[in-house]
Amino acid sequence: MSGPFRLPSGGLIDRGRTLRFTFDGRAFAGHPGDTLASALLAGGVRLMGRSFKYHRPRGPLSAGSEEPNALVTLRSGARAEPNTRATVAEIYDGLQATSQNRWPSLRFDLMAVNDLIHPFLAAGFYYKTFMWPARFWERLYEPLIRRAAGLGRLSGEADPDGYDKGFRHCDLLVIGAGPAGLMAALTAGRAGARVILADEDFLPGGRLNAERLEVADMPGADWAAAVVAELAALPNLRLMPRTTVIGAFDHGIYGAVERVADHLPEPPPGRPRQVLWRIYARRAVLAAGATERPIAFPGNDRPGVMLAGAMRAYANRWAVAAGRRVALFVNNEDGLRTAADLAERGVEVVAVIDARPEGARLPGLRHLRGAEVVATAGRLGLRSVTLRHSDGRRETIAADALGVSGGWNPNLQLTVHHRGRPRWDEAIAAFVPGPGGPPGLAAAGAAAGLMSTHGALASGRARALEALADLGIAARAADLPRAEDAPVSLRPVWHVAGARGRAWIDQQNDVTVKDIALAHAENFTGAEHLKRYTTLGMATDQGRTGNVIGLAVMAGLTGRSIAETGTTAARPPYTPVAIGALAGRSRGKAFRPVRLTPSHRWAEEQGAVFVEAGLWLRTQYIPRPGETHWRQSVDREVLATRASVGICDVSTLGKIDIQGADAGAFLDRVYANTFSTLPVGRCRYGIMLREDGIVFDDGTTARLAEDEWVMTTTTANAVAVFRHLEFCRQCLWPALDVQLISTTEAWAQYSVAGPNARRLLERIVDQDISDAAFPYMAAGRVTVCGGLRARLFRISFSGELAYEIAVPARYGDGLIRALVEAGRDFDAVVYGTEALGVLRVEKGHVAGGELNGQMTALNMGLGRMVSRKKDAIGVVLSGREGLTDPGGHRLVGVRPVDPSAGLTAGSHLLEPGAAKVAENDLGWLTSKVYSPHLGHDIALAYLRGGEARIGSRMRAVNLLAGTETEVEITSPHFIDPQGERLRG
Amino acid sequence: MRYSIWNVLAQGLTGHRGWKPVWRDPAPQADYDIVIVGGGGHGLATAYYLAREFGARRIAVLEKGWLGGGNVGRNTTIIRSNYLLPGNEPFYEFSMKLWEGLEQELNYNAMVSQRGIINLFHTDAQRDAFVRRGNAMILHGADAELLDREGVRRLYPFLDFDNARFPIKGALMQRRGGTARHDAVAWGYARAADALGVDLIQNCEVTGMRIEAGRIRGLETTRGRIGARKVGVAVAGWSSRVMAMAGLRLPIESHVLQAFVTEGLKPFIDGVMTFGAGHFYVSQSDKGGLVFGGDIDGYNSYAQRGNLPVIEDVAEGGMALIPALGRARLLRSWGGVMDMSMDGSPIIDRTPVEGLYLNAGWCYGGFKATPASGFCFAHLIARDAPHPTAAAYRLDRFRRGLMIDEKGQGATPNLH
Amino acid sequence: MLIPHPLLGPRDAQEFVYLGDAALIDRPDGTAAGIEAFHDYLYLRDNPAGQHRELWYHEQGDRSWLVVTRDTVTHEILKAELARDVALARGRGR
Repeated sequence: MSGPFRLPSGGLIDRGRTLRFTFDGRAFAGHPGDTLASALLAGGVRLMGRSFKYHRPRGPLSAGSEEPNALVTLRSGARAEPNTRATVAEIYDGLQATSQNRWPSLRFDLMAVNDLIHPFLAAGFYYKTFMWPARFWERLYEPLIRRAAGLGRLSGEADPDGYDKGFRHCDLLVIGAGPAGLMAALTAGRAGARVILADEDFLPGGRLNAERLEVADMPGADWAAAVVAELAALPNLRLMPRTTVIGAFDHGIYGAVERVADHLPEPPPGRPRQVLWRIYARRAVLAAGATERPIAFPGNDRPGVMLAGAMRAYANRWAVAAGRRVALFVNNEDGLRTAADLAERGVEVVAVIDARPEGARLPGLRHLRGAEVVATAGRLGLRSVTLRHSDGRRETIAADALGVSGGWNPNLQLTVHHRGRPRWDEAIAAFVPGPGGPPGLAAAGAAAGLMSTHGALASGRARALEALADLGIAARAADLPRAEDAPVSLRPVWHVAGARGRAWIDQQNDVTVKDIALAHAENFTGAEHLKRYTTLGMATDQGRTGNVIGLAVMAGLTGRSIAETGTTAARPPYTPVAIGALAGRSRGKAFRPVRLTPSHRWAEEQGAVFVEAGLWLRTQYIPRPGETHWRQSVDREVLATRASVGICDVSTLGKIDIQGADAGAFLDRVYANTFSTLPVGRCRYGIMLREDGIVFDDGTTARLAEDEWVMTTTTANAVAVFRHLEFCRQCLWPALDVQLISTTEAWAQYSVAGPNARRLLERIVDQDISDAAFPYMAAGRVTVCGGLRARLFRISFSGELAYEIAVPARYGDGLIRALVEAGRDFDAVVYGTEALGVLRVEKGHVAGGELNGQMTALNMGLGRMVSRKKDAIGVVLSGREGLTDPGGHRLVGVRPVDPSAGLTAGSHLLEPGAAKVAENDLGWLTSKVYSPHLGHDIALAYLRGGEARIGSRMRAVNLLAGTETEVEITSPHFIDPQGERLRG
Repeated sequence: MRYSIWNVLAQGLTGHRGWKPVWRDPAPQADYDIVIVGGGGHGLATAYYLAREFGARRIAVLEKGWLGGGNVGRNTTIIRSNYLLPGNEPFYEFSMKLWEGLEQELNYNAMVSQRGIINLFHTDAQRDAFVRRGNAMILHGADAELLDREGVRRLYPFLDFDNARFPIKGALMQRRGGTARHDAVAWGYARAADALGVDLIQNCEVTGMRIEAGRIRGLETTRGRIGARKVGVAVAGWSSRVMAMAGLRLPIESHVLQAFVTEGLKPFIDGVMTFGAGHFYVSQSDKGGLVFGGDIDGYNSYAQRGNLPVIEDVAEGGMALIPALGRARLLRSWGGVMDMSMDGSPIIDRTPVEGLYLNAGWCYGGFKATPASGFCFAHLIARDAPHPTAAAYRLDRFRRGLMIDEKGQGATPNLH
Repeated sequence: MLIPHPLLGPRDAQEFVYLGDAALIDRPDGTAAGIEAFHDYLYLRDNPAGQHRELWYHEQGDRSWLVVTRDTVTHEILKAELARDVALARGRGR
């Protein structure tokens, strides 16, 4: 027998197997089918946690996912999961659980001193004090508060388990596998519809597993099992146990989390811990049942006080007695079932305290009508209950467990995820789904406020039939099995009036009736103000156990109805979800895809160092033996390129093929400068503006034939430029004869730059590429290596004689090897992005730091490229006064007056002697490199009135490092300003 | 009544029977000198500063729902002044200075907590941009520091330093940045404004504007006609709808921003951090929940709710940055409607209607601005001249080409 | 969200990139209009709470720009058209 409180028979547990586990180091045993809470209760443990604020001792209130009290840390080390509800955690052999939010131990918690000083810790007390002196907040008060707050602890170690995501589609999603859900699934499944039946429990059946009620003249659990067996055999139905539907999103998309391996010590190899499913459902039935609510009375939070329905579930489903001497406090008919079931199972029921004055008495039990509980006793667990009889007489009864039922709240959360408003139903004294729910979602059973088994079965069938009819799927109404249809017969009792002592409403957050009264006195009377001021409903159960009671107490204080008091909006997720599941596989190196360049494999062989450039991984530099600092490699690559020839993979640049009779006219409109006049076989540098006149992108576009062009974009903007061009083509000028296709991935493209670039390429290219045959800015189709089709462009980013040569991407690896081989005699180097940056800064070309989305062509010194003779994107608005300030920022070069002094990109430029304040801030360094050619740092900068300041001296100030450097403002073209090299 | 520790102790001993309402619930009067539309953070702060700093009287705040129910009640509570551009940084630094004395001034503990904010960078280009920004901050009198990778590791050793797709290279830090308890900011301003005689009128929705000869005369509301000599509109999220009543079209789109909180956890993250290679930022509340968010959903919406892809995207960013986050549970999400402006910066300005003033376009950054926004809007309304730190927030800046575009994304609101 | 692509049927909104109000189709003629007209075109929005005609680009798909009519309060989608057809119908050409 697994524990002193395990009943001798019954329960949906496998008594043939024993599972061993520990709680706070103490050994326990349970059976398959047990939850951690059921097994601990069987073992005689009632104390499982401490409350948030007062550190009150707490035991399980519920037997489900709404549990506010019995939160433990499950597992250990990197797999430790704080705040796990013991009431839904399935036990496995070797499970380790630890209590939390206590020190040094669960039974003896020093922080429980808060409970002694509770009069001073009422709702919102912290808003009224801790203000003096001001700096004590961060140094003293807040650290104390933070240390005391929180529940469990994150390990700080990387989550070792995997998660995954998936997509599923269905005609009908049924949420919840209780009687309503099973009937809905059966109806739709038999009709041949594609059905998904998701249930948060590991055992389908819902409340039928927790009750002794009969369905179709058999035990409800047996009927559920039989239906599940039939459903499991249907090829068109997918049963998803351990799956919580967490949110209803737009257009019939539901989020669901399947706990694949949480019931195992760790996920089996290759299997995820959890999966986030995105379910696309044409229709959905919400059959999520209802959540029982307690009643607020003094001392209603002691371990041993639990919901009557939970107590019944522990007895019937898990064969666990909640105590030896059990009392009940109820205000509705359902609560009486617990008394009957416990008595039937041989548990002593010492009193049934029934707040309803009238009605029949339960036979054979001490059924006290018109009575209420006014006090309890027992520090770490309930010892006695004090009740007030209908005549006002008080009586104290020894009891170690008290079952409470204040009625049931429909689990309607998904129906308000679209901001729909629930409706108050007086008959059951609860909110039920109202208008404005997600289209296609209908509630059935207890979730719809239908609290009998018959009501659940009938409405489940009805909602399914309606959904199928909507979808045009023929269906037959299955026979309704016989089931109870008892009335709820509830007399609302929210809190016991006229009783002294604290009565809890939100047990986890320690919100009591007095806190509601305080909120009322201070005019925090609306539902949202009440929640935010008292923290009612902000605990991990998201108000499922306490919200309605709190609202009802407030309504009683204000004299308004509960409906007028309103509710706060339920928002996803329905129950808390591991962030790992929401992230899936996108973590670590797999956070985002990696794009590799065509030369990647070759570069890896050379020992290249790579750098992230957006999603791309590019060669940053390639160290040679003996080079110990990156600068040595980069300086060598730069010098070798300028001295002879260098090769660089530029395949990451965006490439767009543009074809059609109007392609030239199209380019004239998307570029600020003119392209239609470009002869075939030539290319031109272009700048592209946004419509607001700011520079969007730059690059060269070549005309390969009369109606065929190829555009290059920057690496960073490749996707955005293509999207923009498609917008222009489809939305602005839909009748132009122009077609676009992105070919970024289709071509491997290499820059070959340096005085020997032509000589190298002559060994590769099959055609004549002499200066006469292929002059500066020529472009065209060639073949390489004896016939492979290629494109050649004579363009230069480095300022050297340079070409870019492109071959189909699959030949990219071959071409880099061929280029390196052909360049061997010239001591050709392959250079990476660092050297590329040095070469372009030396030449004064703009790139990332200058193309920052804030600057105009005028700022970049390219103002004359903006043609006013034609309509082009951005030209009109580039003429606004704020963008044409003659004294505005201009691109300049910066060099240190002392060549040995360093520069830092991001430094700001100030006049000599000017105070370091914003008014004197004249600009900043955008990009900085060390020029091995010049032997000192150089930088590009945006400087107010820049052109006029060329030749003057300023200070480059970096206040973050506390440094400043005297600099000279220069032309941005540090090398070959006349461009003689590139025309060579 | 004044709040103090003595008060809390005395009330604790006497059963908390002596606390008074934090604000009255007055019926609206027939007319006011100044009516502020919008009882969110900015509207309440505006009313407070009008009464406190500018000697205005006969002020009402009209709120269609409950006080503090706007974005002041649905944000991630971050305060900072780490802006780049000269149009922004003086304003946000002014706001930070107001935060620093706010609680003593309001006699309300809004839990302003300067535990520091770091913006991580992952590339040299990002570092260069942060150096530029950090220098701009210091030049404007704010504080900024550049942390290298080891500096970040000392603060937060549990970040992914070993296996990251985008390695952490360092961070820009503002130690004076931090968080504040968002609801308490609204309540503190409301309580203080109420004490100065401002009428805070809840459940009062503006349905029309009375404009005669180009001048505002009053408002039609669900609680009747209310006359006003001046009207200030501070209804971020709904600015376009309210200003349409005055016949104005704004450079604003309404978008939904989701935010998230985990279950309560013992102290894990001390300050605020933002991921530089994805959309994710996080801090930990004093209650223990990790409060985090990311990008806006990206489409126009007034629904105050978002969709799953952004939730996933934010979680991915979180896991990429903090691999221990996998076993923390998301407790609750929420959505707020953002005034996304055309350059990502706000508007505090007069309008073509005389006596009608606009405070709008806060994108997802309005919370930290609350004190300065209220102060500067009050200054504008009371004196008919912009406060010097908010002088750039003009409605005509787009016409004149004087955009304040921190991100450099141009007139595409969902990219700011 | 699901967008009913006129050529491809329902597609997840994640495949699309959102731009904004479909009035962005109505770009003034840059040779005739001035700063005022371009300012109104580029910067001012109706920003309705209700039906909104808006541009979505099927980036992870067929590269169509669509004009989607969607309710900004409920997110209900009432219509999706090819933006090119809309542009032609509004008289845009070359």
